[in-house]
Amino acid sequence: MAELEKIEASDRVYSLNLGPQHPSTHGVLRIVLDLDGEYIIKADPVIGYGHRGHEKMGENRPYKQFLPNTSRMDYLSGMLFNHGFVLAVEKLVGIKVPERAKYIRVIASELNRISSHLLWFGTYLMDLGGFTPFLYAFDDREQILDILDSITGSRLTYSYCRFGGVSRDVDLKFIEMTRAFLKRMEKRWADYDSLVTKNVIFIHRTRDVGVIDRELARQYGVTGPNLRACGVAFDVRRSEPYEVYDRLDFEIPTGTKGDALDRYDVRFKEMQQSCRIIDQALDQLPEGEFLTPKVPQKLGPPKGEVYTAFESARGLTAYYMVSDGSPGPYRCHIRVPSFGNLNALNDVLPGTLVADAISILGSIDVVIPEIDR
Amino acid sequence: MSEGLLGSEWFRLILGLLIVLAFSQLNALFLVWLERKVAGHLQLRPGPMEVGPHGLLQTIADGVKLVGKELILPFKADRKLFFLAPVMVFMPVLVGFLVLPFSRGLIIRDMNVGVLLVFAFSTITVLAILTGGWASNNKYALLGAVRSVAQNVAYEIPLLLAVLSVVLVVHSLSFAKIVEYQKTVWFIFLQPLAGLIYLIAATAETNRAPFDIPEAESELVAGFHTEYSGMGFGLFFLAEYTNMFIVCAVATSLFFGGWNGLFGISLGIPGVFWFLLKTYFLIFVIMWVRWTFPRVRFDQLMNFSWKVMIPLSLANIVITAIVVKII
Repeated sequence: MAELEKIEASDRVYSLNLGPQHPSTHGVLRIVLDLDGEYIIKADPVIGYGHRGHEKMGENRPYKQFLPNTSRMDYLSGMLFNHGFVLAVEKLVGIKVPERAKYIRVIASELNRISSHLLWFGTYLMDLGGFTPFLYAFDDREQILDILDSITGSRLTYSYCRFGGVSRDVDLKFIEMTRAFLKRMEKRWADYDSLVTKNVIFIHRTRDVGVIDRELARQYGVTGPNLRACGVAFDVRRSEPYEVYDRLDFEIPTGTKGDALDRYDVRFKEMQQSCRIIDQALDQLPEGEFLTPKVPQKLGPPKGEVYTAFESARGLTAYYMVSDGSPGPYRCHIRVPSFGNLNALNDVLPGTLVADAISILGSIDVVIPEIDR
Repeated sequence: MSEGLLGSEWFRLILGLLIVLAFSQLNALFLVWLERKVAGHLQLRPGPMEVGPHGLLQTIADGVKLVGKELILPFKADRKLFFLAPVMVFMPVLVGFLVLPFSRGLIIRDMNVGVLLVFAFSTITVLAILTGGWASNNKYALLGAVRSVAQNVAYEIPLLLAVLSVVLVVHSLSFAKIVEYQKTVWFIFLQPLAGLIYLIAATAETNRAPFDIPEAESELVAGFHTEYSGMGFGLFFLAEYTNMFIVCAVATSLFFGGWNGLFGISLGIPGVFWFLLKTYFLIFVIMWVRWTFPRVRFDQLMNFSWKVMIPLSLANIVITAIVVKII
């Protein structure tokens, strides 16, 4: 009897290849969906289309030469990945960082976090069929890119952090631009709130869709905004404060249910909190050096290993490096949040519609090259 | 002799057909340009600017490009049906023009079943979409086609019920009579609910956002026309915009007084200008809606039609019937 049902069911089931070339898989992700009508029975994310071997590259070159690679893994929050990498190497070698550099790094990182979340905001709405918020978000993001461009010289892959500081000091113009941006965003949050957050169609598309509860999040190692959306206030910036985060006053927004609407809310509030952090950091920005002058060109760290976790835009990210005393790491491993976040789809997608699959994939905010590395 | 020729039915029809063809093409070209401009300005960007003044010739350039492109037949596709579908989608749209009342006397053929004819022919579009989606041998196209059929069945009913409540009042299916009836008061004031239901259902009927489920770009790539290239895609595209014009023109004649001015004040402007002004304004509203709202989900769309729109329009029709009987 059970067998008969199985045969009947398999007659109705067909598989659909979502990606790797699909408008809303955000990079080159492929999801093999087993469908009954438009209902998903099984979802199987296939990754690896963008594999470039960054970890291996890290193992056959000096630490400094690996720095540009780091921002190419998660190209949307390149500054954060740079930042984490220099933190790890500084811990391994034991380099002191000047206060001013710490503040500059925090400001740049938070700006990058906002730009990453803004891009997510736009593309998520585009996944839901609303095209206009995308261009509004890009207009705001453009301001951030201009600000970061003025201190780093590039718009996406910054390589701005150095071992012992940052590559260039910030000037008054940068501070002015950042302050103007913060002021502009205050008005924009209200706009987005009334345009998107309170939109009936938007709420109906996201409420109770793609629920990741605490247990599921724990099983798959979901971190970042996706974890905070189910009510766990875990943020590396708070639990293991690095740089100057312990001196800054900010909240960790959390949701309750862990559905797409909660994830949206958490990210939306996170952008506002990042603005608060930047504002305070600008107030506290001390005078002094921006780069320790005594760092040697060729690093020779002692034998040992280092693990440094930091909060990237997508969650807990970590560098684990083993040093055998040579100028480059013996082993370089990177823990990326998107891998766990994406694989939760295996359990979340079955039972939903194709339209929701796109919505859920968008709401967990994955960057595929970060997983593939 | 010449008088006989000019007055003859055949001459009128052929002339009408030529004008309709020319008008529908020009209209579609203009609407595509307008859509891109409206979208652009709503999105803090200028839209097309390069070809012609303010990009006015952009769509002509795009059209030329489409004509020059190769028609690709997908592997194992149904050849006959695949090429028939774009023709099928465009032909019925043209028929609708035959009965549209542009102005008093400016109707190609004022039939006593005019309203019925427009909706009967616009239904064929669904068949064409299903044919195209089926023949493409592509799962995304098929999903889009299936969605389209379900959506159109669900929205045809409230659409026709809304129209019926107008017809009940006028006692005629002729466009000219319906417009004539609204000389002083438009039907949108007499039948606001029917008007609203018509506009929502018409948006869904033309597959426009937020009801663009059959071609939902982020979900189904391009829905039923995923596999069409060149002018095959071009015809679907032309039909969509011409359909939009017809739907809005019908809305203008049924609910917004057609060639009449507001409350009988025409300001000495010819009726055809009033008609086009109102039609293009409705089109602008539909575009505005498209670039503002996200897309609804398929099951929500069906629920909305079967559980909200159809009961409401049925209630509206019963009330209308009672009121008409009493008066």
